[in-house]
Amino acid sequence: MSQLIRKVWDIHGGIHPAENKQQSLQSPIQAAGIPPQLILPLAQHIGAPASPIISVGDRVLKGQMIAEAKGFVSAPVHAPTSGTVVAIESRLIPHPSGMSGACIVIDTDGQDEWISHSGVDDFRSLSKMDLIDRVRQAGIAGMGGAGFPSAVKLSTRDDKPIETLILNGTECEPYITADDILMRERAAEIIAGAEILRHLIKPSKETLIGVEDNKPEGIAALQKAAQGTGIEIVPFPTKYPSGGEKQLIQILTGKEVPAGGLPADIGIVCQNIGTATAIYRAICFGEPLISRITTITGEACSQPRNYEVLLGTPVQFLLDQSGFKKDDCIRLVMGGPMMGYTLQDTAVPIVKTSNCVLAPSAAELPPPPPAQACIRCGMCAEACPVSLLPQQMYWFSRAQEHEKLEDHQLFDCIECGACSYVCPSNIPLVQYYRASKAEIRQAQQDKIKAERSKERFEARTARLEQEEAEKEAKRAARLKAAKDKAAAAASNPDSSKTDLIQAAIERSKAKKADAADPAQDAIARAQAKAQDRVQDKGDGKVAAEDPAAKTERLQLLLASAERRLVSAREKLALAKEQASENVEAFATAVIKTEDKVAALQIEIANHQASLASAPAHDAADPAQAAIARAMAKRAGVSADESDEDKTQRLQNLVATTEKRLAAAQQKLSTAQEQNDANVAAFATGVEKTQSKLETAKQDLAAHLARLAAETPASAETTPAPSSSDDPVQAAIERAKAARAAQADMSDEDKLKQTIASLENRIARTQEKLSAAQESGDDKAEILADSIAKLQDKLASAKQQLG
Amino acid sequence: MIELIAQNPFIASLLALVSLGVVFGALLGFAAVKFKTEGDPIADQVEALLPQTQCGQCGYPGCRPYAQAIADGDDINKCPPGGEATIAALADLLGVEAKPLDAAEESVPSVAYIREEECIGCTKCIQACPVDAILGSAKHMHTVIASECTGCDLCVEPCPVDCIEMRPIETSLQTWHWDKPKPPEDLIASDRSGASA
Amino acid sequence: MGFLKVSSPHAHGPMSTASVMRLVLLATLPGMLALTWFFGFGTIVNVLWASITALAFEALALRWRKRPIGFYLNDYSALVTAFLLGIALPPAAPFWLIMIGTGFAILICKQLYGGMGYNPFNPAMAAYVMLLISFPVQMTQWLAPKGSFAGDLLGPIEALRYCFGFGREAIDAITMATPLDVLKQNNSLLVSDLWSQSPQFGQVAGKGWEWANAGFLLGGAYLIYRRIFTWHAPLSMLAVLTLMSLFFYDGGSSASGGSPFFHLFSGATMLGAFFIVTDPVTSAVSNRGRLIYGALIGLLIYIIRVWGNYPDALAFSVLLMNFAAPFIDHFTQPRTYGHKTKGADK
Repeated sequence: MSQLIRKVWDIHGGIHPAENKQQSLQSPIQAAGIPPQLILPLAQHIGAPASPIISVGDRVLKGQMIAEAKGFVSAPVHAPTSGTVVAIESRLIPHPSGMSGACIVIDTDGQDEWISHSGVDDFRSLSKMDLIDRVRQAGIAGMGGAGFPSAVKLSTRDDKPIETLILNGTECEPYITADDILMRERAAEIIAGAEILRHLIKPSKETLIGVEDNKPEGIAALQKAAQGTGIEIVPFPTKYPSGGEKQLIQILTGKEVPAGGLPADIGIVCQNIGTATAIYRAICFGEPLISRITTITGEACSQPRNYEVLLGTPVQFLLDQSGFKKDDCIRLVMGGPMMGYTLQDTAVPIVKTSNCVLAPSAAELPPPPPAQACIRCGMCAEACPVSLLPQQMYWFSRAQEHEKLEDHQLFDCIECGACSYVCPSNIPLVQYYRASKAEIRQAQQDKIKAERSKERFEARTARLEQEEAEKEAKRAARLKAAKDKAAAAASNPDSSKTDLIQAAIERSKAKKADAADPAQDAIARAQAKAQDRVQDKGDGKVAAEDPAAKTERLQLLLASAERRLVSAREKLALAKEQASENVEAFATAVIKTEDKVAALQIEIANHQASLASAPAHDAADPAQAAIARAMAKRAGVSADESDEDKTQRLQNLVATTEKRLAAAQQKLSTAQEQNDANVAAFATGVEKTQSKLETAKQDLAAHLARLAAETPASAETTPAPSSSDDPVQAAIERAKAARAAQADMSDEDKLKQTIASLENRIARTQEKLSAAQESGDDKAEILADSIAKLQDKLASAKQQLG
Repeated sequence: MIELIAQNPFIASLLALVSLGVVFGALLGFAAVKFKTEGDPIADQVEALLPQTQCGQCGYPGCRPYAQAIADGDDINKCPPGGEATIAALADLLGVEAKPLDAAEESVPSVAYIREEECIGCTKCIQACPVDAILGSAKHMHTVIASECTGCDLCVEPCPVDCIEMRPIETSLQTWHWDKPKPPEDLIASDRSGASA
Repeated sequence: MGFLKVSSPHAHGPMSTASVMRLVLLATLPGMLALTWFFGFGTIVNVLWASITALAFEALALRWRKRPIGFYLNDYSALVTAFLLGIALPPAAPFWLIMIGTGFAILICKQLYGGMGYNPFNPAMAAYVMLLISFPVQMTQWLAPKGSFAGDLLGPIEALRYCFGFGREAIDAITMATPLDVLKQNNSLLVSDLWSQSPQFGQVAGKGWEWANAGFLLGGAYLIYRRIFTWHAPLSMLAVLTLMSLFFYDGGSSASGGSPFFHLFSGATMLGAFFIVTDPVTSAVSNRGRLIYGALIGLLIYIIRVWGNYPDALAFSVLLMNFAAPFIDHFTQPRTYGHKTKGADK
């Protein structure tokens, strides 16, 4: 009564290949021993490879974790015995490609010294999380062949209650007997592992162990061990591929795992019995997964049997113990004859998923004969366990019809090999499907990448176009402005100056409104333009321009500059009040405008002077003279500038600069007193002015020195040397000259004024200095410095005067 | 009139044919206007098939212009990165004969690699890259964002110190896969030639 | 290390294309023996000559196509075509007729499409139809069965002589309309009267025919037992044919279409059901598809036999359904594991 025959379902298709299991079942499990070297791949499971946590040269103990899990779907690796890590490098790994992968290589020391470890006496006292964590830390991955990290599989979600826990003892592949012998010899461990799993998963309905009926001994052993536990051993008819997870679920429950879904979606969790044993050892003894049972079989081995193998043991080490005759073996298969993959080298290690190494003779598994044409006999469709149409998929695969392949559910193919097995034309169907799956995946990736490339390309193109458009717009604006100007000049030649200046002011105002840094930009531009225009006029129109008009024009310029100065100051004040960000910019603008005003004043003065002296110089043709002067001005330094003129000019320059410096310093001090935010800006202004002053003074000094050195006669000679003195200096000089122009103030007056101003400033600066010193301000130093400079200047001015 | 037609089968059939022609012609014309589909313009469909390497090997500045050119009647065999597969897809789409590739060989998928110690930081390759897959600024070493590189090799030419090379994308454990078996016919033919030789 | 690098599976089942074809050839023997027993050695001569010519044409085509001749001849597919055509043709058919038939079957219907596996139409049936249309006289000269006439059955030498055109005029003396033909032409007699008046009728169908059909049924059953093909297509074809004849039998009036037994065991019914309809290359691929494919062939056979122009209709029906096979495939994709609906309509 207790053993009611349980209903089992059938799967579609399936085949009955020769089992060839008896060969390796003749002797019990044998320990394979410790090989001299263990090679432990970091990726023995599905998911992210583990990452090493030891270094080359470290001594490791048996059971010590040597690589930790990296990410959720991953599993750690442990040292299977004690020894020394000799390398972390790329070694041949068991993979169908025959390629290498990262491995930890351990030279064993033969002592097999355990790291301290302990299990729990009562796993029921541990929480689910704790248990799962122990499974994870033990590095357990599905031992049936796929190698999916068990801890991930056990982390069932609460919203998906599990009805049925299934342990997979099917082992449907021919030749492999690792699970069979495990059931025969260690049934109690399997049941103990099943109990732990049952505690973890808490299946609401049942716990089943599915075993094919070709393992009667195993079934009997399990049934004996499971007595009284409520775990049901379900034998079912032998058929390949019943051991596939989805197939076993269908056989035992009649349910199908939805395509693209997981067994948990239909309330089922499935684990291999080898995995259950590993979990038992991990929980109850604290032993991580460091060994497994592997079948070594095939006619090329004289003693086929099952070994308990340390992970990382080279296949050669096992073959040597099994009487392997290499000459008889034409292919070496890791796994079974249906789904296993060929190894290229016997140096590859046994890993967590290696359930079998098959070394068949040529007669046993002959090399594949050449494929014949498909006659669409449909035997493959009859054999397919998932009801695909392999013959159709074969045609589509050959024709690269990816869409149709997907329509025919290529991705539901479990690659069991039943179709290829039955194909009378010997067509390697599974290889076609594997290649097509890879092709389709590649095509999908390519498509995604192409899409991204396209986006990036378009973004780049758009960006370049925008840049181009912006440039174009700017160019067009400039062109328009030039045209406007020309038009205005043509239509109104007389009043052009006024108009143009007005226009410039307006433009500058307009620009101010929308420019990012309005005030500074606009004013600077306006100034530059105004200056340009002045020069333009100097160039082309001076001939027609009578001196009076020029005076008028300059005065107008001056007036407008002064107006701007006023307005700039107002703005500065306003900005300060509002603590605007632009204060600095306005301050600079004010300084510049001041410069400008000064320059214009000088120019006017100059002009008037030239007016006065023009008749004397060149009464015959004032216009010619003007042209000459203008040309000279344009050239930078007036070519015909006399030494005297130059001295005067330089002195003027020094004077104006000093004046500006004084003003700037005053502003700075005011700002400092008021603790204004613009102190920095003013300080910069002061510094700049100071450096300008320095340059001007140096120029002046150099000039005076030269004058002193030269004979008086040379005063009448060409002033060429002045420009050939020092090109850099000359350039600076020229630049200054262009801006400052010449003043015709008398030396004496000027110097007096300078001295007065200097004295004044020294006094003020000293005041500030003392104040700064009192308050321990770090500006004291600067102030002291500037006083020294001012005093120098004062001294030199006095000297000149004297 | 009717009598004439009834007695004269030739005229009758002629009339019938003509009137049928008129009716169906009108029907077709009406349908053409009424059920006009604003499907993807052909250039868009073509572009979807191009590999988007933006390499310009077709002679057009990017895939989109080439797609437009194909839509306007240019040859479909000018895309080495796409290779025969792309030509076949285009031929299929446009209903034209597939032509052999207009290049010595299909370009193997590759990725640009900058030998960084040799890079002088001239930014010329950055300007050449159609997908902004090169990083770097003036006077600083540049590098290729391999995942974004389309392997178009447009950056190789402008490099003044020839520090860029195209490296074929190598197979890794993750990307390795079984190749399709050789078609049985080829296999057998080659076996035979081997045996007879 | 020199180990093979091949994709799994590494094991292979015992079946090969050649063994499948050999089994098919073997399974035709009972029917062929019955035909010989009742109609003389004409069929055997047909089959032999067809085999020789078919192999020759196949070799020729392979040579033209630069394919390995031995490798492809070894698959026995040309022989199967030759057997089926030889059986289907009237016994002791003229040699040129057979040769044209095999030539058409092998060169045009098979190799021109790319050889075995690529032909959309069943070569034997296509050749049969071509011959029937082109040479109606020769194609309808079916010999009289044993016991329906006074003379001796065709011996092997005689059959050879006839086949190669010597004294062929004499053959008219021993030809007779087939029962299917007789029934078709009949419009005045009750079926039972027809039965008693015509010597070519036997127990349930035509004399000799019923045994030949039984022979092919036996061979077919053996093939199903050996899992060479599934029961779906033949059974559905026979079932539909039975149903149709049952429905239109009307107790045997002069307008009757003939009894179910008559239809099942007359003409090429069993040969078609187990050797033609099951031709995998040209039939539907899924089991559901094959059910439909077979059923429609059965339907067409009855329609053409009873209301059409030709006394037998297997070849036409098969060819018509060959056209429809890809269409049927499209709509009968099986439901894959884990999917709620069939493949194509997701």
